[in-house]
Amino acid sequence: MGTEFGALNVIFTEFYYWVTVVMMFLIHVGFCTYEVGVSRRKNHMKTLMKNAMVIPVVGVTFYLFGWWFYSAMVNGPGITGGIVTARFAEPWNELMGAHLGGKPAGSDITEADTALWARLNGVFWAAFLLFSWTTASIVSGSIIERVRSGAFWLIAVMLGSVTWIIDAAWGWHPAGWMVQILGYHDAYASGVVHAIAGGTCLAVLINLGPRIGKFRPDGTPRNIPPQNPWLVCIGLFLIYTGFWGFYAACNIPIFDIQAGDGVFYSATNIYLQATTLSAITFNFIMALCGGLMAAYVMSKGDPYWTFSGGLAGVIAASAGNDLYHPIQAMFVGAIVVAVIYKLHFWVERRFKIDDAVGAVAVHGYAGFLGVCVAGVLLWGYPSSPDALLGHAEPWPQITPWGNFAGAVIMFWVLGFIPGYALSWILKHFGLLRIPREVELAGLDHTGFATVAREDDEMRAVLAREAQAPAE
Amino acid sequence: MSTGNFDNWDGNVLDIGPIYPFVGYEGLMVILCIVFWVGWHVIQMRMENAELDAEARALKQPGNLAKAVHDEHTPERM
Repeated sequence: MGTEFGALNVIFTEFYYWVTVVMMFLIHVGFCTYEVGVSRRKNHMKTLMKNAMVIPVVGVTFYLFGWWFYSAMVNGPGITGGIVTARFAEPWNELMGAHLGGKPAGSDITEADTALWARLNGVFWAAFLLFSWTTASIVSGSIIERVRSGAFWLIAVMLGSVTWIIDAAWGWHPAGWMVQILGYHDAYASGVVHAIAGGTCLAVLINLGPRIGKFRPDGTPRNIPPQNPWLVCIGLFLIYTGFWGFYAACNIPIFDIQAGDGVFYSATNIYLQATTLSAITFNFIMALCGGLMAAYVMSKGDPYWTFSGGLAGVIAASAGNDLYHPIQAMFVGAIVVAVIYKLHFWVERRFKIDDAVGAVAVHGYAGFLGVCVAGVLLWGYPSSPDALLGHAEPWPQITPWGNFAGAVIMFWVLGFIPGYALSWILKHFGLLRIPREVELAGLDHTGFATVAREDDEMRAVLAREAQAPAE
Repeated sequence: MSTGNFDNWDGNVLDIGPIYPFVGYEGLMVILCIVFWVGWHVIQMRMENAELDAEARALKQPGNLAKAVHDEHTPERM
Protein backbone atom coordinates (compact mmCIF):
# COMPACT_ATOMS: atom_id res chain seq x y z
CA MET A 1 0.00 0.00 0.00
CA GLY A 2 3.11 2.20 -0.09
CA THR A 3 2.44 3.68 -3.56
CA GLU A 4 -0.72 4.72 -5.33
CA PHE A 5 -0.37 1.89 -7.84
CA GLY A 6 0.40 -0.62 -5.10
CA ALA A 7 -2.64 0.51 -3.12
CA LEU A 8 -4.90 0.36 -6.17
CA ASN A 9 -3.56 -3.07 -7.08
CA VAL A 10 -4.29 -4.45 -3.60
CA ILE A 11 -7.76 -2.91 -3.46
CA PHE A 12 -8.56 -4.07 -6.99
CA THR A 13 -7.36 -7.58 -6.14
CA GLU A 14 -9.47 -7.56 -2.99
CA PHE A 15 -12.54 -6.53 -5.00
CA TYR A 16 -11.74 -9.03 -7.78
CA TYR A 17 -11.72 -12.01 -5.41
CA TRP A 18 -14.78 -10.71 -3.61
CA VAL A 19 -16.66 -10.75 -6.94
CA THR A 20 -15.45 -14.27 -7.69
CA VAL A 21 -16.85 -15.39 -4.34
CA VAL A 22 -20.26 -13.96 -5.16
CA MET A 23 -20.21 -15.65 -8.58
CA MET A 24 -19.05 -18.95 -7.13
CA PHE A 25 -21.91 -18.91 -4.66
CA LEU A 26 -24.06 -19.79 -7.68
CA ILE A 27 -22.24 -23.12 -7.87
CA HIS A 28 -23.65 -24.06 -4.50
CA VAL A 29 -27.10 -22.82 -5.45
CA GLY A 30 -26.80 -24.91 -8.61
CA PHE A 31 -25.71 -28.04 -6.78
CA CYS A 32 -28.60 -27.74 -4.31
CA THR A 33 -31.10 -27.17 -7.13
CA TYR A 34 -29.70 -30.01 -9.21
CA GLU A 35 -29.58 -32.46 -6.33
CA VAL A 36 -33.15 -31.77 -5.25
CA GLY A 37 -34.24 -32.12 -8.88
CA VAL A 38 -32.67 -35.57 -9.09
CA SER A 39 -34.07 -36.81 -5.76
CA ARG A 40 -37.52 -38.31 -5.50
CA ARG A 41 -40.27 -36.21 -3.94
CA LYS A 42 -40.24 -38.18 -0.70
CA ASN A 43 -36.64 -37.06 -0.10
CA HIS A 44 -36.64 -33.43 -1.30
CA MET A 45 -36.34 -31.51 1.95
CA LYS A 46 -33.71 -33.68 3.60
CA THR A 47 -31.73 -33.67 0.35
CA LEU A 48 -31.78 -29.88 0.27
CA MET A 49 -30.74 -29.56 3.92
CA LYS A 50 -27.94 -32.07 3.52
CA ASN A 51 -26.21 -29.95 0.89
CA ALA A 52 -27.19 -26.54 2.29
CA MET A 53 -25.57 -27.32 5.64
CA VAL A 54 -22.24 -27.89 3.90
CA ILE A 55 -21.97 -24.10 4.04
CA PRO A 56 -21.64 -23.85 7.83
CA VAL A 57 -19.90 -27.14 8.63
CA VAL A 58 -17.18 -26.62 6.05
CA GLY A 59 -17.16 -22.85 6.57
CA VAL A 60 -16.36 -23.07 10.28
CA THR A 61 -13.73 -25.79 9.88
CA PHE A 62 -12.11 -24.04 6.95
CA TYR A 63 -11.75 -21.04 9.23
CA LEU A 64 -10.32 -23.15 12.06
CA PHE A 65 -7.79 -25.20 10.11
CA GLY A 66 -8.51 -25.54 6.37
CA TRP A 67 -7.01 -22.24 5.31
CA TRP A 68 -3.88 -22.86 7.38
CA PHE A 69 -3.28 -26.21 5.62
CA TYR A 70 -2.92 -24.47 2.25
CA SER A 71 0.13 -22.46 3.21
CA ALA A 72 1.55 -24.76 5.86
CA MET A 73 1.59 -28.07 3.96
CA VAL A 74 3.28 -27.12 0.69
CA ASN A 75 6.31 -29.30 1.49
CA GLY A 76 4.26 -32.37 2.38
CA PRO A 77 5.52 -31.95 5.12
CA GLY A 78 8.59 -34.15 4.96
CA ILE A 79 9.03 -34.27 1.17
CA THR A 80 10.67 -30.97 0.27
CA GLY A 81 10.83 -29.53 3.78
CA GLY A 82 8.88 -29.10 6.99
CA ILE A 83 5.67 -27.34 7.95
CA VAL A 84 5.74 -23.76 6.69
CA THR A 85 4.93 -20.98 9.14
CA ALA A 86 1.71 -19.23 8.09
CA ARG A 87 0.80 -16.85 10.90
CA PHE A 88 -1.78 -14.98 8.79
CA ALA A 89 -3.81 -18.19 8.44
CA GLU A 90 -3.81 -19.24 12.10
CA PRO A 91 -7.36 -18.80 13.40
CA TRP A 92 -6.19 -16.90 16.47
CA ASN A 93 -4.15 -14.44 14.42
CA GLU A 94 -5.40 -10.86 14.17
CA LEU A 95 -5.19 -11.08 10.36
CA MET A 96 -8.02 -13.64 10.44
CA GLY A 97 -10.37 -10.78 11.32
CA ALA A 98 -11.27 -7.22 10.41
CA HIS A 99 -7.99 -5.34 10.06
CA LEU A 100 -6.94 -2.04 8.49
CA GLY A 101 -3.40 -3.12 7.69
CA GLY A 102 -1.59 -0.79 10.05
CA LYS A 103 0.49 -1.51 13.12
CA PRO A 104 -0.03 -5.09 14.35
CA ALA A 105 -1.42 -5.57 17.84
CA GLY A 106 0.62 -8.73 18.45
CA SER A 107 4.32 -9.44 18.15
CA ASP A 108 4.03 -12.55 15.96
CA ILE A 109 3.50 -10.62 12.72
CA THR A 110 5.15 -7.60 11.14
CA GLU A 111 3.84 -4.41 9.56
CA ALA A 112 4.75 -5.92 6.18
CA ASP A 113 2.45 -8.87 6.99
CA THR A 114 -0.46 -6.63 7.89
CA ALA A 115 0.07 -4.42 4.83
CA LEU A 116 -0.12 -7.45 2.53
CA TRP A 117 -2.75 -9.60 4.19
CA ALA A 118 -5.23 -7.25 5.85
CA ARG A 119 -7.19 -6.73 2.64
CA LEU A 120 -6.51 -10.03 0.94
CA ASN A 121 -6.76 -12.67 3.64
CA GLY A 122 -10.54 -12.74 3.93
CA VAL A 123 -11.23 -12.80 0.19
CA PHE A 124 -8.54 -15.44 -0.51
CA TRP A 125 -9.90 -17.53 2.36
CA ALA A 126 -13.43 -17.22 0.99
CA ALA A 127 -12.40 -18.05 -2.59
CA PHE A 128 -10.72 -21.25 -1.41
CA LEU A 129 -13.69 -21.98 0.86
CA LEU A 130 -16.00 -21.85 -2.15
CA PHE A 131 -13.84 -24.53 -3.80
CA SER A 132 -14.21 -26.51 -0.57
CA TRP A 133 -18.00 -26.32 -0.74
CA THR A 134 -17.81 -27.52 -4.33
CA THR A 135 -15.81 -30.63 -3.40
CA ALA A 136 -18.30 -31.51 -0.67
CA SER A 137 -21.30 -30.79 -2.90
CA ILE A 138 -19.93 -33.15 -5.55
CA VAL A 139 -20.05 -36.00 -3.01
CA SER A 140 -23.42 -34.89 -1.67
CA GLY A 141 -25.26 -35.49 -4.93
CA SER A 142 -23.95 -38.98 -5.57
CA ILE A 143 -25.07 -40.42 -2.21
CA ILE A 144 -28.59 -38.99 -1.96
CA GLU A 145 -31.65 -40.79 -0.60
CA ARG A 146 -29.86 -43.24 1.72
CA VAL A 147 -27.01 -41.55 3.57
CA ARG A 148 -27.34 -40.10 7.07
CA SER A 149 -26.84 -36.33 6.95
CA GLY A 150 -24.56 -36.40 10.01
CA ALA A 151 -22.26 -38.91 8.33
CA PHE A 152 -22.12 -36.86 5.17
CA TRP A 153 -21.23 -33.71 7.08
CA LEU A 154 -18.24 -35.46 8.67
CA ILE A 155 -17.14 -36.59 5.21
CA ALA A 156 -17.67 -33.01 3.99
CA VAL A 157 -15.39 -31.66 6.72
CA MET A 158 -12.71 -34.23 5.86
CA LEU A 159 -12.84 -33.47 2.14
CA GLY A 160 -13.61 -29.75 2.25
CA SER A 161 -11.33 -28.68 5.08
CA VAL A 162 -8.57 -31.29 5.10
CA THR A 163 -7.84 -33.49 2.09
CA TRP A 164 -8.65 -31.20 -0.83
CA ILE A 165 -6.82 -28.25 0.68
CA ILE A 166 -3.78 -30.44 1.35
CA ASP A 167 -3.83 -31.48 -2.30
CA ALA A 168 -4.05 -27.79 -3.22
CA ALA A 169 -0.98 -27.09 -1.09
CA TRP A 170 0.84 -29.94 -2.83
CA GLY A 171 -0.15 -29.37 -6.44
CA TRP A 172 -1.88 -26.00 -6.71
CA HIS A 173 0.56 -23.66 -5.00
CA PRO A 174 3.58 -22.00 -6.63
CA ALA A 175 5.83 -23.78 -4.12
CA GLY A 176 3.92 -27.08 -3.81
CA TRP A 177 6.11 -30.20 -3.69
CA MET A 178 4.25 -31.82 -6.60
CA VAL A 179 5.09 -28.81 -8.77
CA GLN A 180 8.70 -28.88 -7.59
CA ILE A 181 9.28 -32.62 -8.04
CA LEU A 182 6.73 -33.85 -10.57
CA GLY A 183 6.26 -30.70 -12.66
CA TYR A 184 2.55 -31.11 -11.92
CA HIS A 185 0.31 -28.73 -13.87
CA ASP A 186 -3.40 -28.37 -13.17
CA ALA A 187 -4.25 -24.72 -13.73
CA TYR A 188 -8.05 -24.78 -13.25
CA ALA A 189 -8.27 -27.71 -10.89
CA SER A 190 -9.25 -30.79 -12.94
CA GLY A 191 -7.41 -32.86 -10.38
CA VAL A 192 -7.18 -30.76 -7.25
CA VAL A 193 -10.92 -30.14 -7.01
CA HIS A 194 -12.71 -32.60 -9.29
CA ALA A 195 -10.63 -35.78 -9.30
CA ILE A 196 -10.23 -35.82 -5.53
CA ALA A 197 -13.96 -35.26 -5.02
CA GLY A 198 -14.73 -38.04 -7.52
CA GLY A 199 -12.34 -40.41 -5.75
CA THR A 200 -14.00 -39.68 -2.42
CA CYS A 201 -17.44 -40.21 -4.00
CA LEU A 202 -16.46 -43.62 -5.31
CA ALA A 203 -15.09 -44.71 -1.93
CA VAL A 204 -18.18 -43.60 -0.02
CA LEU A 205 -20.49 -45.20 -2.59
CA ILE A 206 -18.77 -48.56 -2.15
CA ASN A 207 -19.35 -48.53 1.61
CA LEU A 208 -22.82 -47.02 1.33
CA GLY A 209 -24.27 -49.37 -1.27
CA PRO A 210 -26.98 -48.72 -3.85
CA ARG A 211 -30.48 -47.37 -3.24
CA ILE A 212 -33.11 -50.04 -2.63
CA GLY A 213 -34.38 -51.21 -5.98
CA LYS A 214 -31.57 -49.76 -8.06
CA PHE A 215 -30.43 -53.20 -9.24
CA ARG A 216 -32.59 -56.07 -10.41
CA PRO A 217 -32.05 -59.53 -8.92
CA ASP A 218 -29.92 -60.42 -11.95
CA GLY A 219 -27.67 -57.43 -11.21
CA THR A 220 -28.68 -55.20 -14.10
CA PRO A 221 -29.36 -51.57 -13.13
CA ARG A 222 -32.75 -49.91 -13.18
CA ASN A 223 -32.95 -46.30 -14.28
CA ILE A 224 -34.18 -43.98 -11.53
CA PRO A 225 -34.85 -40.84 -13.60
CA PRO A 226 -34.59 -37.33 -12.14
CA GLN A 227 -37.79 -36.33 -10.36
CA ASN A 228 -37.71 -32.86 -11.92
CA PRO A 229 -35.62 -32.57 -15.11
CA TRP A 230 -36.29 -28.81 -15.33
CA LEU A 231 -34.78 -28.22 -11.89
CA VAL A 232 -31.81 -30.41 -12.81
CA CYS A 233 -31.08 -28.42 -15.96
CA ILE A 234 -31.50 -25.06 -14.20
CA GLY A 235 -29.14 -26.31 -11.50
CA LEU A 236 -26.53 -27.24 -14.06
CA PHE A 237 -26.91 -23.87 -15.80
CA LEU A 238 -26.30 -22.20 -12.45
CA ILE A 239 -23.20 -24.34 -11.97
CA TYR A 240 -21.96 -23.28 -15.42
CA THR A 241 -22.50 -19.64 -14.44
CA GLY A 242 -20.72 -20.00 -11.13
CA PHE A 243 -17.91 -21.81 -12.91
CA TRP A 244 -16.87 -18.47 -14.45
CA GLY A 245 -16.20 -17.22 -10.96
CA PHE A 246 -14.33 -20.43 -10.24
CA TYR A 247 -12.03 -19.83 -13.22
CA ALA A 248 -11.49 -16.17 -12.32
CA ALA A 249 -10.65 -17.14 -8.74
CA CYS A 250 -7.93 -19.48 -10.02
CA ASN A 251 -6.13 -16.44 -11.45
CA ILE A 252 -4.25 -13.55 -9.90
CA PRO A 253 -5.54 -10.48 -11.73
CA ILE A 254 -2.47 -8.20 -11.80
CA PHE A 255 1.06 -9.40 -11.28
CA ASP A 256 4.47 -8.27 -12.53
CA ILE A 257 5.55 -11.24 -14.63
CA GLN A 258 8.79 -9.75 -15.93
CA ALA A 259 11.75 -11.52 -14.34
CA GLY A 260 14.77 -9.29 -13.73
CA ASP A 261 14.70 -5.67 -14.92
CA GLY A 262 11.57 -4.10 -16.28
CA VAL A 263 7.91 -4.38 -15.43
CA PHE A 264 5.14 -6.23 -17.29
CA TYR A 265 1.77 -6.65 -15.68
CA SER A 266 -0.46 -9.58 -16.53
CA ALA A 267 -2.95 -11.95 -15.06
CA THR A 268 -1.37 -15.19 -13.92
CA ASN A 269 -2.65 -18.61 -13.02
CA ILE A 270 -2.28 -20.03 -9.52
CA TYR A 271 1.37 -20.94 -10.21
CA LEU A 272 2.14 -17.26 -11.00
CA GLN A 273 2.65 -18.26 -14.64
CA ALA A 274 1.35 -15.68 -17.10
CA THR A 275 -2.00 -16.19 -18.77
CA THR A 276 -4.89 -13.95 -19.78
CA LEU A 277 -8.60 -13.84 -19.05
CA SER A 278 -9.10 -13.93 -22.83
CA ALA A 279 -7.21 -17.21 -23.10
CA ILE A 280 -9.26 -18.94 -20.45
CA THR A 281 -12.51 -17.50 -21.79
CA PHE A 282 -11.82 -18.94 -25.26
CA ASN A 283 -10.99 -22.28 -23.77
CA PHE A 284 -13.78 -22.45 -21.20
CA ILE A 285 -16.43 -21.90 -23.85
CA MET A 286 -14.89 -24.22 -26.43
CA ALA A 287 -14.46 -27.00 -23.88
CA LEU A 288 -18.08 -26.51 -22.84
CA CYS A 289 -19.10 -26.76 -26.51
CA GLY A 290 -17.10 -29.95 -27.01
CA GLY A 291 -18.55 -31.53 -23.90
CA LEU A 292 -22.13 -30.62 -24.76
CA MET A 293 -21.85 -31.88 -28.34
CA ALA A 294 -20.24 -35.17 -27.40
CA ALA A 295 -22.66 -35.81 -24.55
CA TYR A 296 -25.65 -35.02 -26.77
CA VAL A 297 -24.58 -37.65 -29.27
CA MET A 298 -23.54 -40.23 -26.66
CA SER A 299 -26.77 -39.89 -24.67
CA LYS A 300 -28.98 -39.49 -27.75
CA GLY A 301 -30.07 -36.03 -26.64
CA ASP A 302 -30.84 -36.84 -23.01
CA PRO A 303 -30.95 -33.40 -21.30
CA TYR A 304 -29.59 -34.66 -17.99
CA TRP A 305 -26.47 -36.22 -19.51
CA THR A 306 -26.03 -33.50 -22.12
CA PHE A 307 -25.86 -30.80 -19.47
CA SER A 308 -23.62 -32.94 -17.28
CA GLY A 309 -21.41 -33.57 -20.31
CA GLY A 310 -20.96 -29.83 -20.82
CA LEU A 311 -19.72 -29.57 -17.27
CA ALA A 312 -17.46 -32.58 -17.69
CA GLY A 313 -16.02 -31.07 -20.88
CA VAL A 314 -14.92 -27.96 -18.99
CA ILE A 315 -13.56 -30.06 -16.12
CA ALA A 316 -11.57 -32.23 -18.54
CA ALA A 317 -9.89 -29.27 -20.23
CA SER A 318 -9.37 -27.27 -17.05
CA ALA A 319 -5.91 -28.65 -16.20
CA GLY A 320 -4.45 -27.03 -19.31
CA ASN A 321 -6.94 -24.29 -20.15
CA ASP A 322 -4.39 -21.59 -19.39
CA LEU A 323 -2.32 -22.76 -22.37
CA TYR A 324 -4.46 -24.80 -24.79
CA HIS A 325 -5.68 -23.59 -28.16
CA PRO A 326 -9.49 -23.31 -28.06
CA ILE A 327 -9.92 -26.13 -30.60
CA GLN A 328 -7.67 -28.34 -28.51
CA ALA A 329 -9.82 -27.50 -25.47
CA MET A 330 -12.93 -28.44 -27.46
CA PHE A 331 -11.55 -31.83 -28.51
CA VAL A 332 -10.25 -32.58 -25.02
CA GLY A 333 -13.74 -31.84 -23.68
CA ALA A 334 -15.49 -33.90 -26.36
CA ILE A 335 -13.24 -36.97 -26.25
CA VAL A 336 -13.05 -37.17 -22.47
CA VAL A 337 -16.82 -36.84 -22.19
CA ALA A 338 -17.34 -39.72 -24.63
CA VAL A 339 -15.00 -41.87 -22.53
CA ILE A 340 -16.47 -41.01 -19.14
CA TYR A 341 -20.03 -41.57 -20.35
CA LYS A 342 -19.18 -45.16 -21.31
CA LEU A 343 -17.11 -45.62 -18.16
CA HIS A 344 -19.98 -44.52 -15.91
CA PHE A 345 -22.34 -47.20 -17.18
CA TRP A 346 -19.63 -49.87 -17.29
CA VAL A 347 -18.69 -49.25 -13.65
CA GLU A 348 -22.36 -49.15 -12.66
CA ARG A 349 -23.02 -52.56 -14.23
CA ARG A 350 -19.73 -54.21 -13.32
CA PHE A 351 -19.37 -53.06 -9.70
CA LYS A 352 -23.01 -52.23 -8.79
CA ILE A 353 -22.13 -48.63 -7.98
CA ASP A 354 -25.22 -46.44 -7.65
CA ASP A 355 -24.01 -42.92 -8.32
CA ALA A 356 -27.28 -40.96 -8.37
CA VAL A 357 -25.92 -37.96 -10.27
CA GLY A 358 -22.98 -39.44 -12.16
CA ALA A 359 -20.55 -37.41 -10.04
CA VAL A 360 -17.76 -39.98 -10.12
CA ALA A 361 -17.79 -39.81 -13.91
CA VAL A 362 -18.40 -36.09 -14.41
CA HIS A 363 -15.91 -34.96 -11.77
CA GLY A 364 -13.72 -37.93 -10.93
CA TYR A 365 -13.00 -39.61 -14.26
CA ALA A 366 -13.12 -36.35 -16.24
CA GLY A 367 -10.78 -34.66 -13.75
CA PHE A 368 -8.38 -37.61 -13.69
CA LEU A 369 -8.26 -37.89 -17.48
CA GLY A 370 -8.03 -34.12 -17.87
CA VAL A 371 -4.86 -34.02 -15.77
CA CYS A 372 -3.37 -36.91 -17.77
CA VAL A 373 -4.21 -35.25 -21.10
CA ALA A 374 -2.59 -31.99 -19.95
CA GLY A 375 0.59 -33.93 -19.21
CA VAL A 376 0.70 -35.06 -22.85
CA LEU A 377 -0.44 -31.87 -24.62
CA LEU A 378 1.77 -29.61 -22.48
CA TRP A 379 4.75 -31.97 -22.46
CA GLY A 380 7.97 -29.98 -22.06
CA TYR A 381 6.37 -26.71 -20.93
CA PRO A 382 8.01 -25.21 -17.84
CA SER A 383 5.93 -26.06 -14.78
CA SER A 384 6.60 -22.68 -13.19
CA PRO A 385 8.36 -19.35 -13.96
CA ASP A 386 11.68 -20.25 -12.36
CA ALA A 387 13.45 -16.91 -12.68
CA LEU A 388 10.44 -14.97 -11.44
CA LEU A 389 10.11 -17.20 -8.39
CA GLY A 390 13.87 -17.20 -7.76
CA HIS A 391 14.48 -20.95 -7.97
CA ALA A 392 18.14 -21.87 -7.61
CA GLU A 393 17.67 -24.70 -10.13
CA PRO A 394 14.88 -24.90 -12.72
CA TRP A 395 11.95 -27.07 -11.61
CA PRO A 396 10.90 -30.04 -13.79
CA GLN A 397 9.00 -29.59 -17.00
CA ILE A 398 5.44 -30.81 -17.44
CA THR A 399 5.46 -34.48 -18.47
CA PRO A 400 2.87 -37.22 -19.06
CA TRP A 401 4.26 -39.27 -16.19
CA GLY A 402 4.45 -36.30 -13.80
CA ASN A 403 0.82 -35.41 -14.39
CA PHE A 404 -0.25 -39.08 -14.33
CA ALA A 405 1.39 -39.48 -10.93
CA GLY A 406 -0.37 -36.31 -9.85
CA ALA A 407 -3.74 -37.61 -11.04
CA VAL A 408 -3.21 -40.82 -9.07
CA ILE A 409 -2.38 -38.81 -5.95
CA MET A 410 -5.50 -36.69 -6.37
CA PHE A 411 -8.04 -39.42 -7.17
CA TRP A 412 -6.69 -42.38 -5.23
CA VAL A 413 -4.28 -41.23 -2.51
CA LEU A 414 -6.08 -38.13 -1.24
CA GLY A 415 -9.55 -38.85 -2.63
CA PHE A 416 -10.35 -42.54 -2.46
CA ILE A 417 -8.29 -43.78 0.51
CA PRO A 418 -9.37 -41.23 3.16
CA GLY A 419 -12.96 -41.38 1.86
CA TYR A 420 -13.00 -45.15 2.10
CA ALA A 421 -11.47 -45.15 5.60
CA LEU A 422 -13.90 -42.62 7.06
CA SER A 423 -17.00 -44.10 5.44
CA TRP A 424 -15.90 -47.61 6.51
CA ILE A 425 -15.62 -46.43 10.14
CA LEU A 426 -19.02 -44.72 9.97
CA LYS A 427 -20.53 -47.85 8.43
CA HIS A 428 -19.16 -50.08 11.18
CA PHE A 429 -20.63 -47.81 13.85
CA GLY A 430 -24.00 -47.93 12.08
CA LEU A 431 -23.84 -44.22 11.29
CA LEU A 432 -23.53 -44.22 7.50
CA ARG A 433 -26.86 -45.40 6.13
CA ILE A 434 -30.44 -44.68 7.16
CA PRO A 435 -32.71 -47.56 8.31
CA ARG A 436 -34.29 -49.59 5.52
CA GLU A 437 -37.84 -48.65 6.53
CA VAL A 438 -37.03 -44.94 6.40
CA GLU A 439 -35.42 -45.31 3.00
CA LEU A 440 -38.53 -47.05 1.69
CA ALA A 441 -40.88 -44.47 3.17
CA GLY A 442 -38.67 -41.53 2.25
CA LEU A 443 -36.58 -39.24 4.40
CA ASP A 444 -39.21 -36.52 4.45
CA HIS A 445 -41.58 -38.88 6.23
CA THR A 446 -39.63 -38.50 9.46
CA GLY A 447 -42.11 -37.88 12.23
CA PHE A 448 -44.35 -40.45 10.57
CA ALA A 449 -45.91 -41.62 13.81
CA THR A 450 -46.89 -38.09 14.83
CA VAL A 451 -48.06 -37.16 11.36
CA ALA A 452 -50.11 -40.34 11.05
CA ARG A 453 -51.84 -39.79 14.38
CA GLU A 454 -52.55 -36.14 13.65
CA ASP A 455 -53.77 -37.06 10.17
CA ASP A 456 -56.27 -39.50 11.65
CA GLU A 457 -57.42 -36.87 14.16
CA MET A 458 -57.84 -34.32 11.38
CA ARG A 459 -59.91 -36.74 9.30
CA ALA A 460 -62.20 -37.32 12.30
CA VAL A 461 -62.56 -33.55 12.89
CA LEU A 462 -63.36 -32.92 9.23
CA ALA A 463 -65.89 -35.74 9.20
CA ARG A 464 -67.65 -34.29 12.29
CA GLU A 465 -67.65 -30.80 10.79
CA ALA A 466 -69.08 -32.11 7.53
CA GLN A 467 -72.03 -33.66 9.40
CA ALA A 468 -72.70 -30.61 11.60
CA PRO A 469 -75.57 -28.30 10.45
CA ALA A 470 -74.50 -25.10 8.69
CA GLU A 471 -74.88 -21.88 10.76
CA MET B 1 -14.38 1.90 28.73
CA SER B 2 -13.77 0.71 25.18
CA THR B 3 -13.93 -2.79 23.77
CA GLY B 4 -11.87 -1.67 20.76
CA ASN B 5 -8.14 -1.28 20.30
CA PHE B 6 -8.03 2.43 19.34
CA ASP B 7 -9.50 5.72 20.53
CA ASN B 8 -10.48 7.63 17.39
CA TRP B 9 -10.38 7.54 13.59
CA ASP B 10 -8.50 10.82 13.29
CA GLY B 11 -4.91 9.78 13.99
CA ASN B 12 -2.42 8.16 11.65
CA VAL B 13 -4.22 5.36 9.81
CA LEU B 14 -1.02 3.31 9.86
CA ASP B 15 -1.40 3.05 13.62
CA ILE B 16 -4.70 1.20 13.24
CA GLY B 17 -4.46 -2.58 12.99
CA PRO B 18 -7.27 -4.89 14.08
CA ILE B 19 -10.65 -3.13 14.37
CA TYR B 20 -12.77 -5.84 16.00
CA PRO B 21 -13.62 -5.75 19.70
CA PHE B 22 -11.66 -7.66 22.36
CA VAL B 23 -8.31 -7.81 20.58
CA GLY B 24 -6.05 -10.17 22.54
CA TYR B 25 -8.82 -12.70 23.25
CA GLU B 26 -8.59 -14.48 19.90
CA GLY B 27 -7.36 -17.72 21.50
CA LEU B 28 -10.41 -17.86 23.74
CA MET B 29 -12.69 -17.15 20.78
CA VAL B 30 -11.08 -20.01 18.84
CA ILE B 31 -11.66 -22.39 21.77
CA LEU B 32 -15.31 -21.33 21.93
CA CYS B 33 -15.57 -21.85 18.16
CA ILE B 34 -14.16 -25.39 18.43
CA VAL B 35 -16.56 -26.25 21.26
CA PHE B 36 -19.47 -24.86 19.22
CA TRP B 37 -18.44 -26.83 16.12
CA VAL B 38 -17.80 -30.18 17.84
CA GLY B 39 -20.86 -29.73 20.06
CA TRP B 40 -23.02 -29.10 17.02
CA HIS B 41 -21.95 -32.38 15.39
CA VAL B 42 -22.56 -34.31 18.62
CA ILE B 43 -26.01 -32.79 19.12
CA GLN B 44 -26.92 -33.20 15.44
CA MET B 45 -25.90 -36.87 15.30
CA ARG B 46 -27.77 -37.70 18.51
CA MET B 47 -30.82 -35.87 17.21
CA GLU B 48 -30.71 -37.60 13.84
CA ASN B 49 -30.12 -41.06 15.34
CA ALA B 50 -33.05 -40.65 17.74
CA GLU B 51 -35.29 -39.37 14.95
CA LEU B 52 -34.38 -42.20 12.56
CA ASP B 53 -34.72 -44.86 15.29
CA ALA B 54 -38.16 -43.60 16.29
CA GLU B 55 -39.21 -43.41 12.68
CA ALA B 56 -38.01 -46.92 11.92
CA ARG B 57 -39.85 -48.26 14.98
CA ALA B 58 -43.07 -46.51 13.92
CA LEU B 59 -42.76 -47.78 10.39
CA LYS B 60 -42.29 -51.34 11.62
CA GLN B 61 -45.78 -51.30 13.16
CA PRO B 62 -48.19 -53.35 11.06
CA GLY B 63 -49.50 -51.46 8.09
CA ASN B 64 -47.50 -48.26 8.61
CA LEU B 65 -44.79 -48.93 6.10
CA ALA B 66 -47.32 -49.77 3.41
CA LYS B 67 -49.21 -46.54 4.18
CA ALA B 68 -46.04 -44.49 4.03
CA VAL B 69 -44.84 -46.04 0.80
CA HIS B 70 -48.23 -45.35 -0.74
CA ASP B 71 -48.02 -41.77 0.49
CA GLU B 72 -51.14 -41.94 2.66
CA HIS B 73 -49.66 -39.75 5.38
CA THR B 74 -47.58 -36.86 4.21
CA PRO B 75 -46.94 -33.57 5.96
CA GLU B 76 -48.15 -31.72 2.85
CA ARG B 77 -51.62 -33.22 3.23
CA MET B 78 -51.98 -31.88 6.75
